[in-house]
Amino acid sequence: MTVPTKGLGLTWVGRSIRRLEDPALLTGRGRFTADLPATHRVRFVRSPVAAGEIKKITVPDNAIVFTATDLAAVKPITPELHKFNYVAVAQPVLASGFVKFVGEPIAAVVALSEAEAEDIADGVLVDIAEAVPVIDARAALADGAPLVHAEAGRNLVVEGRIETPGFAAAQKAAHCQVTIEVRSRRQNATPIEARAGHAAFDPLSGRVTLTCATQMPHLMRTAIADLIGMAEIELRVIAPDVGGGFGQKMSLVPEYVVLVWLAQKLRSSVAWTEDRRENLVASFHSRDQYIRLEGGFDADAKIVALSADVTANVGAYSCYPTTCAVEPLMAMAELPGPYDVRAYACVARGVLTNTCPMAPYRGVSRPVITMALERLMDRAAEQFGLDPVEIRRRNLIDKFPYTSATGLVFDEGTYRQTLDMAVKALDLPAFRQRQRRARSAGRYLGIGFATFSERTGYGTPAFAARGMGVTPGWETVELTMDPSGCVEARIGASPHGQGLRTTLAQLIADELGLSPDRIKVVHGDTDRTPYGWGTFASRSLVIAGGASLLAARKVHAKLVKIAGSLLEAAADDIVLEDGAARVIGTDRTIPIETLARAAYHQVHLFKGEIDPGISATATYDPPGTFSNACHAGIVEVDPETGRVTVERFVVAEDAGRLINPMIVDGQILGGVVQGIGNALLEEIIYDDVGNVLTATLADFLPPTSREIPPIELFHLQTLNGATITRAKGLGEGGAIGAPAAIINAINDALAPFGVTINEMPATPRRIRAALRQTRKRHA
Amino acid sequence: MSERSEITLIINGQIHTIRVEPRRTLVDAIREDCGQTGTHIGCEHGVCGTCTVLVDGEPLRSCLMFAVQAEGKEIRTVEGLANGDELNPLQRAFMEHHGLQCGFCTPGFLMLITGVLEHDPAISDEDLMDVLSSNLCRCTGYQNIVKAVRSAAAELRHR
Repeated sequence: MTVPTKGLGLTWVGRSIRRLEDPALLTGRGRFTADLPATHRVRFVRSPVAAGEIKKITVPDNAIVFTATDLAAVKPITPELHKFNYVAVAQPVLASGFVKFVGEPIAAVVALSEAEAEDIADGVLVDIAEAVPVIDARAALADGAPLVHAEAGRNLVVEGRIETPGFAAAQKAAHCQVTIEVRSRRQNATPIEARAGHAAFDPLSGRVTLTCATQMPHLMRTAIADLIGMAEIELRVIAPDVGGGFGQKMSLVPEYVVLVWLAQKLRSSVAWTEDRRENLVASFHSRDQYIRLEGGFDADAKIVALSADVTANVGAYSCYPTTCAVEPLMAMAELPGPYDVRAYACVARGVLTNTCPMAPYRGVSRPVITMALERLMDRAAEQFGLDPVEIRRRNLIDKFPYTSATGLVFDEGTYRQTLDMAVKALDLPAFRQRQRRARSAGRYLGIGFATFSERTGYGTPAFAARGMGVTPGWETVELTMDPSGCVEARIGASPHGQGLRTTLAQLIADELGLSPDRIKVVHGDTDRTPYGWGTFASRSLVIAGGASLLAARKVHAKLVKIAGSLLEAAADDIVLEDGAARVIGTDRTIPIETLARAAYHQVHLFKGEIDPGISATATYDPPGTFSNACHAGIVEVDPETGRVTVERFVVAEDAGRLINPMIVDGQILGGVVQGIGNALLEEIIYDDVGNVLTATLADFLPPTSREIPPIELFHLQTLNGATITRAKGLGEGGAIGAPAAIINAINDALAPFGVTINEMPATPRRIRAALRQTRKRHA
Repeated sequence: MSERSEITLIINGQIHTIRVEPRRTLVDAIREDCGQTGTHIGCEHGVCGTCTVLVDGEPLRSCLMFAVQAEGKEIRTVEGLANGDELNPLQRAFMEHHGLQCGFCTPGFLMLITGVLEHDPAISDEDLMDVLSSNLCRCTGYQNIVKAVRSAAAELRHR
């Protein structure tokens, strides 16, 4: 069932109420990790070379400096994956014996101020016998390449292979083959708040509290306690206000382990605030991939076979908990995208290099595989003399549920409808006329489309299929109504800008007949919230939202029971609305705060039939659902300078029920702009020996408001039973579709030159180089 | 390390007498010596604009100024914008138009725009948009910040 966005009735859900988070953040009262005072400041001495053996570390007199020798009892970070020939490589929290990438932490300097710690760090001399590093993934696979970890031969840390039965025959039977090679350069998620940690020892309890910029507080506690060998109960992890994450703050940060160890050792409070250079060089990177696709098409331009070869540069170590297999294996599982491809073969490998470790970044692989697949579709369209829209129409899935070649089950979506909406919004026929006129005037406009699916809100079964040593998935929510009739919702999810305090309050408010401002969502504190997995993978609204709804239903049941008792009516005849319980069809009401008060202070009234207090816990663990969207953009390319200007951008999407449309739009807009940055601007560049050349925000370039076109959003809401709230996730979609649409548009603009750009970011330099190549060929 | 000297910073009308090294940046002094942590640090090299404050009415990146250079000047930070719990029109516009998500860059944007609109309430839309590109936001994609700023600018013009 597809309904328009309006007219969902008088509920809190579906309304763009203003965020409960905003007043504190707008007045400087937000509380971020770096705002906490600390007795000691920590500075990490980092490796200046990409590979080598540590011969000697010389520390200035009277300096407090700790190295791997001091932390010998701390176990190395060794994420596990039980599939696809994964090699479990170990990362010591401070480099031990060897360094494997520029920026790897070697020593921790402790001082009374940041400036002093930096001064001392400058005086720490690390003598390293340099070795030859490998930087590029293909070079790392070559015969005789130096090994980053001796146990991972050919530097291969993981290799997934899949081939559907009868693939070779299907490929052979194809009417034609279209081959494409794409390259995505390395990127950094670049939250404006870089990483930060603060660990404080409490002499009274003997516990340590780690406050840090993380997306996964509970798992940080488990991981750090395991590595240090302490009971989890001795460690409290707090994720306070967190200044964006986009995946970069999801993984275990070695520096945080060191902070907890230092707080215990020094019986003090210690803080580290990452600077931007550290963040760009040594936090986590992503998206460094080569993909080769071969599509076999029948005479009607229907894709009948797809083969893929994916090589992902995963850096020097494997991230916890997803492991560095997350990019190649997600590429393998999801490469066929939203198209009906029955015959599929893929090899996807993760390759170790002497570079900063890879970790999830908004979209994880899908921005790259979507770019590859959407380029393939456009190339195939050219070959068949078809319009890019027509070839997509012929290939998009439209019967649901649809089980993909890799076994993923697609619930009902609106793949063709959203494509049609985007085509209409940009008025394709009118654009083609304008494009022709512009070309004859020496201006090069192009249009590009990307249709894609976004797998969201997946629980334990989906993660279990990956074979990770840690299998995330479910979320638990605890609700307590206090005697004043207000509700505290304690959640294991850990929002950091997504507005979940508001959207969960909306869901709970409808169930309990309260206004959202009477519902306080508590998150990001392992002492205060139930164990949960945190916020990543477009999951929190779906999974923590589902658990909130289930818990609220239990609270609802209790409230109507109390109201029935007090109003002498059957519980089934009670409704909760506008802050009161009412007997249906009467004007007999009782305020919810009176019910709450009675549940605690007048329990004798219930004669033992109703337990004291009002609280409920629920866990939700859904199978997952697919959102879908079509992104489309119009660009102008200046062939002289190679500059790309994005003129317009349209998103037509379907993420099921919109709990708060304003917040939904915000997620999409932010994602699209990251996608535009990925497509045009952002690139971590290494030199041949592994130095990062883009270590400032003047070199690594997130978009400013000037690079951004007007972005128009259109929504459909497919309300199916894939989730109990009927909402699907959408945190990543913006970033997934935009790069493909932009790169396709650039290719469309440059079609008169016969130029192909299959690489992102498509910087002016790359575009000029491609134009020069073509001119040379024609000269 | 070098000698600390005593200086006086006037932040949102309040006098803070602090002892700092000459190399202490203004943003570190505001946050750590004066305890005003509403101003955030994004890059410490003058690109992202997160640490923007007003110094004698001019938007400045407080990571690029030494605390001693701000001695005796009138400094304004995000903490000084609201009247108690009552948001000012620019803050209200950010809330109304969803111009913030994680909120980390928000103080910098608020101070940048406050300085610009106070200096030139009749600033053209083109110039306003140009100024907005001074600061980086990673969450919102800017469109809602632009809406908020246009709306606040219009409100101020009609006063």
